[in-house]
Amino acid sequence: MSVVEIRAAEKTYSNGVRALLPVDLTVGAGEFVTLLGPSGCGKSTLLNMVAGLLAPSAGSVRVADGQRVSFVFQEATLMPWARVADNVRLPLDLTGVGGEAASQRVNEALRLVGLEKFAQARPRELSGGMQMRASIARSLVTEPSLLLMDEPFGALDEITRNRLDDELLRLRRERNLTVLFVTHSIHEAVYLSDRVIVMAVRPGRVVDEIAVVPSVARSDAFRVSTEFAAIAKRLQDALLAASSHADEALA
Amino acid sequence: MKTLRRALPAFVVGAVLLATWQGWVTTFDIPPFLVPSPLLVLKTLVNDWPVLGGALLVTLKVTFLSLLCAVVLGVAVAFAFVQSRWIESAFFPYAVLLQVTPIVAIAPLIIIWVQSPTLSLVICATIVAIFPVIANTTLGLRSVNPGLANLFRMHRASRWQTLIRLRVPSALPYFFGGLRIASGLALIGAVVAEFVAGTGGTGTGLAYQILQAGYQLNIPRMFAALALIAATGVLLFLLMGALSRWALGGWHESVLRPGEGSG
Ligand SMILES: Nc1ncnc2c1ncn2[C@@H]1O[C@H](COP(=O)(O)OP(=O)(O)OP(=O)(O)O)[C@@H](O)[C@H]1O
Ligand SMILES: [Mg+2]
Repeated sequence: MSVVEIRAAEKTYSNGVRALLPVDLTVGAGEFVTLLGPSGCGKSTLLNMVAGLLAPSAGSVRVADGQRVSFVFQEATLMPWARVADNVRLPLDLTGVGGEAASQRVNEALRLVGLEKFAQARPRELSGGMQMRASIARSLVTEPSLLLMDEPFGALDEITRNRLDDELLRLRRERNLTVLFVTHSIHEAVYLSDRVIVMAVRPGRVVDEIAVVPSVARSDAFRVSTEFAAIAKRLQDALLAASSHADEALA
Repeated sequence: MKTLRRALPAFVVGAVLLATWQGWVTTFDIPPFLVPSPLLVLKTLVNDWPVLGGALLVTLKVTFLSLLCAVVLGVAVAFAFVQSRWIESAFFPYAVLLQVTPIVAIAPLIIIWVQSPTLSLVICATIVAIFPVIANTTLGLRSVNPGLANLFRMHRASRWQTLIRLRVPSALPYFFGGLRIASGLALIGAVVAEFVAGTGGTGTGLAYQILQAGYQLNIPRMFAALALIAATGVLLFLLMGALSRWALGGWHESVLRPGEGSG
């Protein structure tokens, strides 16, 4: 059963920029799909269309009925006037979940991202990476079934990033999450994904799709294994091939 | 303690200016009906307090009432403006018209039309003070972080939830900027309108005292009334600053000390 169905969806912004040529993509339930590509290739555009925040210029983007969707934006996007706990609680407030149950979920989400000590802090008192973790906590508090993440770990140091990678995979297993993930990082794409969609720029488009071996357990050992290196190499080659095509087209 | 240290330079400058003034008047024996010395002004202030104190209260009443009206009406108009672009483009030019019409030109009319002297003064001062409240609050209600707006949309927030939880907090810093300007304008409006009204024989505020003192060549009292107006203006400004710091509770750049801004 598919959770996201994208059929020939394309986007031309009102200023005439062709951000995305027609894309076909199906994301199955419980699948972890990553969009990988250089800056400006339309990753955020595609994710925004899936979230329903942006209408495709042509084609269709459908999310299956009954999905609880959460979005981690590329920027932390916290309310500066509200404390961290209140920022995390916001989606519950908006949907009318209150009381003890809400507080419990907020605490749990904060603990998951390691911010339980900063529940009463203001966003400006946090570092950029901590703000991003607060934003991740906010996306998890509604117990989503479909998680859209736009470079969520880009601002984090490597250790924290690896830890959150593992947390994300654990969460995905436990809650049978479907994840559509955006990253610049080849290594992160290999470590997290079942499937990587390789994109290219000028104009933004999908150029390749590479499956990652699902059978290997994700651990620090996987990060230095030969399988890991082989898939990373394939992704890198695909990215390079796409960019050299673009260079030829420009020349 | 910190506040005291920050206010110190201003106090030093003030003290030096007053001392120079005092020295100049005594050295050159300037007659008090031209320029009274600061000490004489202070003495007049104390001696004439029964008259001046009452006048101060009247001016304060008009100032605060008109500031209140400007805030209530200005915010209401701003809320109407952000409901639709149509309302805004239909009515904004008239808000500007209100702003650019000199109050001394319309005050006589208002004073003739409105029976109660206090009410007519409040109307004049409100007209003077309302524009910054309208303009700033409208701008603030529109200045919502687009990412946060998306977040609210994704969680299907109602119009009301978006207004209360997103638009209003986003607008607060702008509103307080407008309030600070409006408080000064309300005082100016109250004084100017009373000058106009004073010639018609109504009013007993500070402006009226200045006019009377002028007719009687009581220059020290004129200076004393002037000092009271200036002091009121400064206090109003400080009060609005404190209010804004209290309301923005340390989250907005405008109330953070340098070096403590967000990273
Ligand atoms: N609102 C907009 N209006 C006009 N053009 C836009 C808009 N948003 C994005 N674009 C253009 O669309 C293209 C794709 O942008 P997008 O933000 O989707 O890229 P991205 O892959 O997410 O890049 P990055 O990795 O840097 O975040 C870019 O060329 C950008 O200039
Ligand atoms: Mg992006």
